[in-house]
Amino acid sequence: MRNILIIWRKELRSYFSSPIAYLLLTMFALIFGFFFWNSLGYFVLMGMESQMRGQMMPMNLNEMVIRPLLSNVGVVGLFFIPMITMRLFAEEKRSGTIELLATSPIRDIEVIIGKWLAALSLYACMLLVAAVNFAFLFKYGKPDWKPLLIGYLGLLLQAGALLAIGTFISTLTKNQIIAGAATFGICLLLWVLEWVSGYETSTWAQVLAYMSIITHFESFAKGVLDSKDAIFYVTVIFLGLFFTARSMESLRWRS
Amino acid sequence: MITVKDLTKRYARNTAVDHISFEVAKGQIVGFLGPNGAGKTTTMRMLTGFLSPTSGGATVAGYDVLEQPLEVKKRIGYLPETPPLYPEMETGEYLTFVGQLKGLRGAELRRRVDYVCDRCAVADVKNKLLGKLSKGYRQRVGLAQAVIHNPDVLILDEPTAGLDPKQINETRDLIKSLGGDHTIILSTHILPEVEQTCEQVLIINKGKLVATDSVHNLQNRARGAESVLVEVSGRDGNLDFVAVQRRLEQVAGVSRVVAKQRQENRNSFEVESRKGFVRGDLARAVVESGWDLNELRPTAMSLEEIFLQLTGTDTAAKEEEVAVTGASK
Repeated sequence: MRNILIIWRKELRSYFSSPIAYLLLTMFALIFGFFFWNSLGYFVLMGMESQMRGQMMPMNLNEMVIRPLLSNVGVVGLFFIPMITMRLFAEEKRSGTIELLATSPIRDIEVIIGKWLAALSLYACMLLVAAVNFAFLFKYGKPDWKPLLIGYLGLLLQAGALLAIGTFISTLTKNQIIAGAATFGICLLLWVLEWVSGYETSTWAQVLAYMSIITHFESFAKGVLDSKDAIFYVTVIFLGLFFTARSMESLRWRS
Repeated sequence: MITVKDLTKRYARNTAVDHISFEVAKGQIVGFLGPNGAGKTTTMRMLTGFLSPTSGGATVAGYDVLEQPLEVKKRIGYLPETPPLYPEMETGEYLTFVGQLKGLRGAELRRRVDYVCDRCAVADVKNKLLGKLSKGYRQRVGLAQAVIHNPDVLILDEPTAGLDPKQINETRDLIKSLGGDHTIILSTHILPEVEQTCEQVLIINKGKLVATDSVHNLQNRARGAESVLVEVSGRDGNLDFVAVQRRLEQVAGVSRVVAKQRQENRNSFEVESRKGFVRGDLARAVVESGWDLNELRPTAMSLEEIFLQLTGTDTAAKEEEVAVTGASK
């Protein structure tokens, strides 16, 4: 536990002592700010239209602003996650510092969890940036905060799963760019898998759609905590970290 | 302190380390010598637990590297070929991080960080980014990192590679001074380094251990016969080369005289003899014949020659030299 903390602290430090964390946070703030402004503008327009018609349409901040925004964050996250994970192990392997970690009295799994938690923490910082925008909704409106909280939990789980996959891919190469590109490809694939369900209904299509990382987020975005989807994400996290551990182990046999 | 038994590392196409066995006693400094690609780094990596052996095993401080890797790692300080530094960290911050990794904490950690900074002469760059340090400092921070938890065993992979001569001397002195408390294995392909710092030598070539002995014994082994270099010049400006050679051959105990260099008025010979001191007789013979004696010195076989003899590599010229001294045994 203590060792995980040491690695976590070191990784976070290196994120924030290089431009990468600030770059990611800034880009995310810009993109999310734009989404927020857009969907809020649309919401205001709808409100004015319903007033002019004289008939009160049901206006719901949760349904009309928060839910689509959370889904958007999930998709934007797919693009940011490779940039967070690509350096985790690839950089250590390239610079040789992996020899320090591998010859210190610390278990491989502690290194892996420490690094993965640091990546997740950086992603959580991005979500905090988004929370600044949401705070305005609470200042000027009365949205329900519980669905938002569940949405956030869903985002963290979804990111955790993708980050675990990215961490694994980062152990396979010395080259950050390769790790990043491969992670991006897999993230994208896991997103678009869901599309097959649009025209196919065979068992295969259902399995493929089920594997899509996005389909499992829909219930969270609605504000529903579905254990089936939570378990899916947790399983992917476990699998990703398990493969990372096997990959690190295999380094001792190859070279 | 370290026991290695039949240690082997095989890759798909080649065997990097082939059934190596040796022992290192507590407090010794052992030089691990061999040409590039001989398997030094692989052996060291297996001792530190970075690589797993294909077969065979090793124990460090009584713990098996395969069975109890964490216990072994607690007792080993390792400096890889390239110091494992994070360029975005400051020296002090980095040493603190490594200290934590090795299990130090609190006041003890701060004390050790200060101590190694002092000992390895990196205190003046404590607040500098590692990425901005010069090669010499990087190497010393690497060394500081290896000793931070006061390990029983230090494993140093080419600790002086890439340093300038002054830094090399400083690093050697540092390693020597660490020798008292730690058992040290250091690898190198620079021979004088072994002669100067180590007590024991392991010579490895193509994955096999070709010799293991103390530096002193190895040098003695090569000096079974005495060999003396004599340079003679004529008083009046010309010298009868053949006469000198014949005269030298007549000295009691001399077995062979080889002409080494032949110039206008200066000739040098390599005189081989049985063990015993013939230098006095040689000097008298030259002077009494009316020639000038310019130089007279014993030519001991350096570790370099022993090394080449054992590993059978390097240029033809050197091989020839080895053959000459080899024949004199």
